[in-house]
Amino acid sequence: MTGYHFTLAGADLVALGSGSLFWPEKKLLCVSDMHLGKSDRLMRRGGPLLPPYEVKETLYRLEADIMLSDAQTVICLGDSFDDLDAEVSLCEDELSLLTRLQAGRRWIWIEGNHDPGPLSIGGTHLQNLSIQPLTFRHIPIAAASGEVAGHFHPKVQMSLRGRPFAKPCFLVDGDRLILPAFGTYTGGLKSQSLELTGLMRPEALAILTGKQARPIPMPR
Amino acid sequence: MMTLPIRFDTWLSGKNWQLHPHQLAMLEASSEPAQLLIAPTGAGKTLAGFLPSLIELEDDHGNELHTLYISPLKALAADIKRNLTGPVDELGLPIKIEDRTGDTSSHVKRRQRSAPPDILLTTPESLALLISYEDAPRIFANLKRVVVDEIHALSESKRGDQLMLALSRVQAIAPSLRRIGLSATVDDPAAIASFLSPEPNSCAVHFADPGTTPNIRMLAPLEDLPWAGAGGRYAIAQVLDEVRKHKITLIFHNTRAQAEIFFHALWLQNEDALPIAIHHGSLDQKQRRKVEQAMVDGQLRAVVCTGSLDLGIDWGDVDLVIQIGAPKNVKRLVQRIGRANHQYNAPSKAIIVPANRFETVECIAALEAVRENDLDGDPKGAGPLDVLCQHILLSACSGAFDPDQLYNEVRSAGPYQSVSRTDFDACLGFCTNGGYTLRKYDRWQRLLRRPDGKYVLRDPRSAHRIRLNVGTIQDTDTLKVRLQRRRGGKPLGEIEEGFAATLTPGDTFLIGGQVVRFESLREVTVEVSRRSDKQPKIATFMGTKFATSTVLCDRILNRFEKKDWRGLPLDTIDWLELQDRLSTLPKPGSLLIETFPRQGRHHLCIYGFIGRNAQQTLGLLISKQLEQRGLAPLGFVATDYATLIWGLEEVHDPKPLFLLEDLENGLEEWFAENALMKRSFRAVATISGLIERNLPGQRKSGRQATFSSDIIYDTLRKFEPDHLMMRITRSEAMSGLVDFSRIRQMLSQIGGRIEHQRLKRLSPLSAPLFLEAGRVPVEGQAIERMVAEEAALLMREAGLEI
Repeated sequence: MTGYHFTLAGADLVALGSGSLFWPEKKLLCVSDMHLGKSDRLMRRGGPLLPPYEVKETLYRLEADIMLSDAQTVICLGDSFDDLDAEVSLCEDELSLLTRLQAGRRWIWIEGNHDPGPLSIGGTHLQNLSIQPLTFRHIPIAAASGEVAGHFHPKVQMSLRGRPFAKPCFLVDGDRLILPAFGTYTGGLKSQSLELTGLMRPEALAILTGKQARPIPMPR
Repeated sequence: MMTLPIRFDTWLSGKNWQLHPHQLAMLEASSEPAQLLIAPTGAGKTLAGFLPSLIELEDDHGNELHTLYISPLKALAADIKRNLTGPVDELGLPIKIEDRTGDTSSHVKRRQRSAPPDILLTTPESLALLISYEDAPRIFANLKRVVVDEIHALSESKRGDQLMLALSRVQAIAPSLRRIGLSATVDDPAAIASFLSPEPNSCAVHFADPGTTPNIRMLAPLEDLPWAGAGGRYAIAQVLDEVRKHKITLIFHNTRAQAEIFFHALWLQNEDALPIAIHHGSLDQKQRRKVEQAMVDGQLRAVVCTGSLDLGIDWGDVDLVIQIGAPKNVKRLVQRIGRANHQYNAPSKAIIVPANRFETVECIAALEAVRENDLDGDPKGAGPLDVLCQHILLSACSGAFDPDQLYNEVRSAGPYQSVSRTDFDACLGFCTNGGYTLRKYDRWQRLLRRPDGKYVLRDPRSAHRIRLNVGTIQDTDTLKVRLQRRRGGKPLGEIEEGFAATLTPGDTFLIGGQVVRFESLREVTVEVSRRSDKQPKIATFMGTKFATSTVLCDRILNRFEKKDWRGLPLDTIDWLELQDRLSTLPKPGSLLIETFPRQGRHHLCIYGFIGRNAQQTLGLLISKQLEQRGLAPLGFVATDYATLIWGLEEVHDPKPLFLLEDLENGLEEWFAENALMKRSFRAVATISGLIERNLPGQRKSGRQATFSSDIIYDTLRKFEPDHLMMRITRSEAMSGLVDFSRIRQMLSQIGGRIEHQRLKRLSPLSAPLFLEAGRVPVEGQAIERMVAEEAALLMREAGLEI
């Protein structure tokens, strides 16, 4: 599996360039913040207009990662749906695509702040999940360790020989890993922002997504 | 056949005037359904166009609209009003003449709808709005004549297509309507005749005496010409000399930014304080009006201007035209020259100032083309479908329409003669529900098919929004510039939103000839303070950038082949000879490619001579090919003649890069990520009503609008690549900003003959490219490599290992 290999609380993990996390020993794939149905919700609320197909776009990318990694367990780490109505408004082909992905796999929905509460789609619905030595939950808790979380949509913003450069990224230190948002039209929070610098230890790394996942010291 | 009434005869002989032959001919043919007059400036075009109307109005005077006059410029409408009122008063005719443009106040506009004047002077956009009102059938019921001025300019743009669609509507209301087109000298009069004509082959064409050949020359520079750049500032002292020797000089520039920079520099050297003003499209309208009035009143000695003074307005006694920078296009040069000396049969006087060394070659080629009357023209394609979409929506605003009837009407418009029913229905479908992908969106459900088969607006209130989006001119989003703490004061002008976004407080830029300091951005206003002491940072509001025409490019290549250096300055000749010795000169029938290393990068220079837009596209497509071959291109820059690409690897054999099929495939892939394509799409989407320019009570910021049109583009491309909007965007890519047709033409002309010069260092001809502005970075493996290096560096610095 190409990606950036690292260890968290003794577990060997791979950060993939697409923004998903793979745990080879457990054949487990984890994505966070898909925000499925975002364009639909914004439209319902009269916000800016995003085009349709955003759901398919995200699911196609997830499908590619699942096929590539041959994952047996998939964890969606919260904010998988942009709100609880979004799940209902998925259209037929989107639902059947999702069902196909779920077939023959253990599928876990961790609840997020956008989608708190049970879903009618198949899969196990949990508030958080511990698989020793890791704990998967949506919003990180400062005191936790061995934690895999999402919520913040972290991104790196820096200058590349004078050219501005921005990319969604993973943030990782000895205690926790924060996943980038996997959704299609999801913004990002700069790694320099207080929420993130306050949470991550000084030696934290940012792992850039892209063709190849690459670590750099977390820009602060 | 119409004869001249006694009143007119007496008036003419009283002035000791005689009608020109073409004016008489047009009078004789005045009952023809359409007539076209091709005449140089000053040949009495206005009188020729209006004479039939004036004669008819002499005794047939009612409270109805008799004649509609359309011009591409608001200012021209006002000017004609002035020029027409004189004779009408002298003739003692009780004719009411009014103009109606974007500047006309709303109560006057309302009154014009209930009590129209005899002659209404307007623009294509205002006419499109007029036909969208419910009372359009009443307004135009008795319209007899329409005069389209500067039709050569209109016929080149979507504004003309829109105008012809609007006229097809008007003609359906008033079937006996007769059309007159007034045009400057053009390369293909028949094409304009068929553009104007309501049915094929029904347009009479008249030619005026072309007049005397202009007195035109290239400025002999006193010092060495600069290598690059387009400003011509080196020539300011000489330009001032010429201004001193003449009554009024027009100093034309190709872009607004250049005009601003030149104007600023001119005033720094203007020791006699000659009254010189500036006029261009981003200046505040009031300021422009002031300059125009001052010209008419003879208070000015010179005006620095852009295309905003291109068209036929009589601004006082202009006796010299100076063109700064290569003219890019022979037709436009001829029109600009025509600005000098509006007296028919007196030669106009003009000077061309090359902005850099290479441009001397283009200027000489242009002079030659003017002398031989070799005008450039690109055959215009069929009427674009986005304009048709807008027309359908506007038709729905005025009331229910029958699709069969509208289709027939549309086909009576010259540019849409051969539009297929399938395409028409696709446009109708798009207007009805936005097309397949978008139909679940409420916003695009606009038309409703009634049981009787007619189409109406689904929500009558949407007419207001549709009218707000009328027009085909794509203004980039601009922000008003005002002096700080004078909120009520007059704005200095406008700058592009994109440019405003790059400013940080303290930056200085030029506007209206003064240096100002950027203070803050308050809502939609850029607040500035005056700064007289500093050199400005930049002025990058773009204006239009023209590409050098095929006629000029071919002439240059032919000169290179024959080594015909006549008329060129010595330093230019030396430079070209040096190029011939160290590498070779580009020639017609083959493509010269140079490769050489410089400063740790490998360079590839392509001398296509196909104009800036096509060279730019070539840059994008070739870098794509380099990327696929792992040659890690980093960026490129394009001029009208050449494209320079640099990267991390050397290109050993450029030949396989230039296969038409590969480039065409590349173009298709390139639809994906290219900003130019997105810009074309945005224009198409705005014109056809997919996205809105301005909403009532809410201003969408330029960035937001870009965001949404960009993602609609991405979505359609991926999931519905055959959506009507994508089809239109693709066909537009062949010309205009992308201009792929010229690449195709070049490749077929060279037929695989590529001359590759492998050099140890840069060649004389390529050197100026290193000084060109407007470098385009390439996002690709080179960036990936740079990210990798940067990441490794940062990790090592932090004492970490990857």
